[in-house]
Amino acid sequence: MDMNDATIITAEQRDDLRRHGILLTSMEELYNWGRSHSIWPLNFGLACCAIEMIAASMAKFDIARFGSEVFRPSPRQADLLIVSGTVTKKMAPQVVRLWNQMPEPKYCIAMGACAISGGPFKQGYNVLKGIDRFIPVDIYIPGCPPRPEALLNGLVQLQQKIRGQAIAGPDAPRHLRSDQSCDCDVPEFGEHDLEPPHNPAIWSAPTLVRKEAP
Amino acid sequence: METAEQIRDRLLVRFPGADIAIVANPSPSAQTSLLLPAPHARDIAGWLRDERSLQLDSCSNVTGIDWPDKEVVDTVRTTVADPAGGPAKIVEQKTKRIQPGCLEVVYHLYSVALKHGPVILRLRTGNRSDAVSLPSLTPVWRSCEFQEREVYDLFGVIFDGHPDLRRILMWDGFQGHPMRRDYVEPDDYEWEPTPHGEVLEKAKKHYPTIAPPAAADVVVHNGGAPNP
Repeated sequence: MDMNDATIITAEQRDDLRRHGILLTSMEELYNWGRSHSIWPLNFGLACCAIEMIAASMAKFDIARFGSEVFRPSPRQADLLIVSGTVTKKMAPQVVRLWNQMPEPKYCIAMGACAISGGPFKQGYNVLKGIDRFIPVDIYIPGCPPRPEALLNGLVQLQQKIRGQAIAGPDAPRHLRSDQSCDCDVPEFGEHDLEPPHNPAIWSAPTLVRKEAP
Repeated sequence: METAEQIRDRLLVRFPGADIAIVANPSPSAQTSLLLPAPHARDIAGWLRDERSLQLDSCSNVTGIDWPDKEVVDTVRTTVADPAGGPAKIVEQKTKRIQPGCLEVVYHLYSVALKHGPVILRLRTGNRSDAVSLPSLTPVWRSCEFQEREVYDLFGVIFDGHPDLRRILMWDGFQGHPMRRDYVEPDDYEWEPTPHGEVLEKAKKHYPTIAPPAAADVVVHNGGAPNP
């Protein structure tokens, strides 16, 4: 059965009813509402961005307002991987392993310039040029490091993304589908670089079509 | 505290066979350093630590420097008398020679007991390829252990007598020493919107069809150079 055909009350009508004290909801909305307000991050920091992440969890910025104050020390109990800092090539396989150990549904935030692209160390011999080479990233937070407010904004955007997810049909996220794997390949250490340097199933280098020389 | 020259003079008395040189530092800090011969380095280091008036009990920093082979031009000026009786000519003769490179390790020593420092030691290897061994100073100052491992990892200096000489920053199967000036990193170029310098050279290699902008397309900012 198609979910859309079964919808008799539109979203506008539902909101109107809510204003009059009548609560109508769907399984999908309730499920996503619950999930989006208790995203437990993994207690995991890599560099200076982690200090901002810690500040966001403390009293002044108080990430608990958004339901994410429970930083789990084990990836088995975490929903969210905040890659907060420079990922060295030596560290990258361990980060991918942590991601694979997290249960679905799970989300990844690339926090700061280094986690997004390598940042100021992009040309370094031991710095990964962005964690999205190995892990599917949901939210990118630019900054060097981003302020705690930026992390909170990223979290709110992740909540909006979760609330928009369908629990059935072709648009369902990967953990509700049987045709998509939830694990990412862990790279090996090569002689000069990781083998492979990026996961071709997840990421490919951006290309630019330049003008031909006359 | 005594100057580096005074320490050197005392060392020459204490270690008559050692050839200890002074390396001047022309920067404002003027931290002159002692270039020690490798065979005597550990004995000298032990003496610097135990000498009553110095008591250099703390090695705060160990770092490496890569000096590649350098081409040096020597100019010799000779005055040649003119046989016709005119003014003498000055003939310049230029000869090129290769100054062999080496790897250098620098130690910064302080005294916690006497609150002075730093005394800077330098050690140099014979060359950059096969004679890269130096005595480890970890038996003298335990704080050298990890930093000597780092110098080994990134520069390839072999420290004889080090208790645990393994790579510390790079992984065990890594080949080469990335802080050497001739280290070529893997060509893993990724497009960047504003490449410049070395990255621009890489970008040109990966995008050989970069067209030089036609004169009419170049926008000149106020007094600025045209965009490349």
